[in-house]
Amino acid sequence: MARLAWLIPLFPLASYGILAFRGRVLGERAPYVAIAAMAVSAVLAWGTFLEQVLGAPPFVWRAAWAVGGERVITVGYTVDSLSSITVAMITLVGGLIFVYSVGYMHGDPYYARFFAFLSLFCAGMLTMVLANSFLLMLIGWEVIGLCSYLLIGFYFRRRSANLAQMKAFLTTRVGDTLMLVGIMALFWQFGTVDYQTVFEAVHKGAEKASAAVRLGPWEIPVVTLTALLIFGGPIGKSGQFPLHVWLPDAMEGPTPVSALIHAATMVAAGVYLVGRAYPLFFFTPHHEALTWVAWVGTVTALMAGLIALAQDDIKRVLAYSTISQLGFMMAGLGVLGYTAGLFHLLTHAFFKALLFLAAGSVIHAVRTNNIKEMGGLWRSMPVTFWTFLAGFLALAGVFPFAGFWSKDEILLEAYHHDPAIYTLLTAAAFLTALYMSRLVAYAFFGRYRGPEHPEPDPWLPEDYARAGVHGPHHGHEAHRGPHESPPVMTVPLMVLAFFALVAGFVGIPGTGPEGGSWIHHFLKFEGFEEAGIHAPSFSWPLALRSLAVALAGIGVAWVVYGVRWVRSDQVRAWVGPLYPFLRNRMYIDTVYAWVFVRGGLALAAGLRWFDVHGVDGLVNLVGGVTVLVSRLHRLFDTYVVDGLVNLIGWLTRGLGMLLRPLQTGRAYHYILVAAAGLVIIVVVSLWRL
Amino acid sequence: MNAEALAFCALAAMVLVGGALVVYSRNLVHAAVSLVPTLLGVAGLYVLLHAEFVAAIQILIYVGAITVLILFVILLTEGATGLRVRQRNEQVPLALGVCGALVALLWVVLLRVPWGPAAGPLPPYNPGAVGRSFLMPYVLAFEVTSLVILASLVGAIVIARREE
Amino acid sequence: MIGLPHYLVLSSLLFGMGLFGVLTRRNAVAILMGIELMLNAANLNFVAFTKFVDPTFVRGHVAALVIITLAACEAAVGLALIINAYRHLETVNVDQVNLLKG
Repeated sequence: MARLAWLIPLFPLASYGILAFRGRVLGERAPYVAIAAMAVSAVLAWGTFLEQVLGAPPFVWRAAWAVGGERVITVGYTVDSLSSITVAMITLVGGLIFVYSVGYMHGDPYYARFFAFLSLFCAGMLTMVLANSFLLMLIGWEVIGLCSYLLIGFYFRRRSANLAQMKAFLTTRVGDTLMLVGIMALFWQFGTVDYQTVFEAVHKGAEKASAAVRLGPWEIPVVTLTALLIFGGPIGKSGQFPLHVWLPDAMEGPTPVSALIHAATMVAAGVYLVGRAYPLFFFTPHHEALTWVAWVGTVTALMAGLIALAQDDIKRVLAYSTISQLGFMMAGLGVLGYTAGLFHLLTHAFFKALLFLAAGSVIHAVRTNNIKEMGGLWRSMPVTFWTFLAGFLALAGVFPFAGFWSKDEILLEAYHHDPAIYTLLTAAAFLTALYMSRLVAYAFFGRYRGPEHPEPDPWLPEDYARAGVHGPHHGHEAHRGPHESPPVMTVPLMVLAFFALVAGFVGIPGTGPEGGSWIHHFLKFEGFEEAGIHAPSFSWPLALRSLAVALAGIGVAWVVYGVRWVRSDQVRAWVGPLYPFLRNRMYIDTVYAWVFVRGGLALAAGLRWFDVHGVDGLVNLVGGVTVLVSRLHRLFDTYVVDGLVNLIGWLTRGLGMLLRPLQTGRAYHYILVAAAGLVIIVVVSLWRL
Repeated sequence: MNAEALAFCALAAMVLVGGALVVYSRNLVHAAVSLVPTLLGVAGLYVLLHAEFVAAIQILIYVGAITVLILFVILLTEGATGLRVRQRNEQVPLALGVCGALVALLWVVLLRVPWGPAAGPLPPYNPGAVGRSFLMPYVLAFEVTSLVILASLVGAIVIARREE
Repeated sequence: MIGLPHYLVLSSLLFGMGLFGVLTRRNAVAILMGIELMLNAANLNFVAFTKFVDPTFVRGHVAALVIITLAACEAAVGLALIINAYRHLETVNVDQVNLLKG
């Protein structure tokens, strides 16, 4: 099965090719192509995954791609526990989201294009995960970045969508550029970008890698600098502080896109990359690259959790929640919790995709993103409510849902390796429970606050495309108020809800050998044993503590938003300027807009001024001088060069006139001259004899 | 003076007299007819030089074909009108000088070259050697010559044909 | 004993006569006859040299035969030209055929 793994990204790629060229013809049938391709990939991916579960050895295939002397760039794929479990997750979640999109995007004029982009995205993502080298990984990485850009701006007639896609692309580009530099640095150090070779070399400590670079007052080992440069990519792609600003805006895209790309897979690519390149980070002196990762993750988790508290847009809350959870994963990886961080990546993919899809179902029904205009939906949309609740409990970390097990792993690792990070992450976990409870309370409980007959809103993404279109499941006139979504949307929700419940069970202690959990046995980093680092064993007091924190968050939210013993505006007055600060996303976007966007525009204007007055002046000066010189040149040409040419002409003509009488046109004259010439030649040669 | 020398002298006299008549005769028909003894004399010299095959060809082509052709053309054009028009152009003295000088120079060269003793006994004459030479080492010249013949044949017909 | 120089002297005389004819004759046919004399002189040289220098391989004979052939061609084409010229210009005197003169 591992030998067939290279086929996994090819099926979605083929689907992309078919849909890109024949999509218009396929029309309504377009999703079947995409779903079929995804199903085949899923079968292959799960086969590969199960093979790894049953104890197959890791498999690497590679072939020389570009050979430059001793330096060979290879192309190939890696099948090991990490890549197999990740492709299994991607194909499953991706497939379900494809099915969901059939209902969600129905009636869109660019139906086939949507599925073409999604297929290309999956191809890129699977390539990135299965890659055997940083270079192939980078190719997949850029493809998913491109698809993200295309899908955020899928409703391309909306100005805000255009701005959001540009913001996403440019912001992630900052990180990608750093990562590209990092990959170049790797190539410079080791002469290859193969994972295996690089990691072995890092482990042994190459000469160039252990040299130090002086950066201002600090001396940084080259290997650490490289790891941090590579980490630039994940910072951008996974929405880590300070490059997280694009992710909330990316919610301009259709909701399935938010679920697939901006919750489950692409944003997790950064975490995956850190996990994949873990040796590079781990074998830095004192694991200092990991310390950076941990702190970036912690700051992100806390910051995004705080901002999420003050947002009203259901998708934005979920987006900040995603950022926060990605911060958790990074922090988990950073505090030597290799398994914990990646475990959270997998469980999070299920429940966050679930939450987004359920949110999409809600938006589909009420035609607004604002949670203040929802309410009481648990009665009218039972399936959506129960599945959303499952996702909520998983995210908040309530026993026995998936998030409980994986988040607890991260907190456990943090507790053992860095108490400060543990404290901050616990606070972030509390915030997670709080803002999610607020969201659930606003959206599903209380009384319905929206209009009885939600009108299609031409500015709402989900309505824009199908304004005026009323398919069989859009008959709002028949029902009063919001109603449940069709089965093609709710069935994927239920499947994902199932996984949100059970995906964490692989982390239950005792499921693996020696009393450990199965996931610890399956996903483990060999470097730990060598370095004498042992994963801390499950501890009930800590687990209970994190469960208590989650329940406390839910409780506080219940007091404020549920039973309303304390009114939310009282809380708002109580916290003073903190609320506007959080509501305006800590002004980070504002600062960026001022510094980078306006700064960039001002710089451009300045450069334009310089261009107009400086460069153009210089160009004009050069032009003027050139004209002058060419005038002189022309004079020279007319009188000197032409004069010479004419002179030669006159000379030739004169000579011709002189010689003309010789040409009598009588053959016997010529023969006589020839004979006389012969005589002369013979005489001369005789003379010389 | 043996027979060979006698023959040579006779043939040489025939050639020179004939040649002189060719050049000298005002009547073109006389000139053309005088060509015949000249060419026959040369053929005789070929026989003396053990080139019987070349001599036969000389008689066939020169005497048989070319002379007759020349006579035809003379009759077709001006006939024996040479008696009434001037036959020589204005450069006779100059031409005499140049030709004399050339012949004198050739003699000077001839006298200067130390001619070796006459070759020993000649191998038996073998016309087949000529044929082999044409078909082995000089086949290219042979073929080119045949091409020239073809071209001149066609050319002569095209040029001399009366235009419609 | 008749040696090579005898033949060479004879052929040089013949050549001189031919050349004189070519140089002084006005009639194109007569010029052609002069050329024939010159060609015969050359042929005589070739055959003579063959006998005295190269009796085995008779290369001179080959040259002589080629020259005779070419002389025939030249006579055919030349006479055709003369007929044509006469048809157009009513003359075969080369000093009256001066269309080439610029």
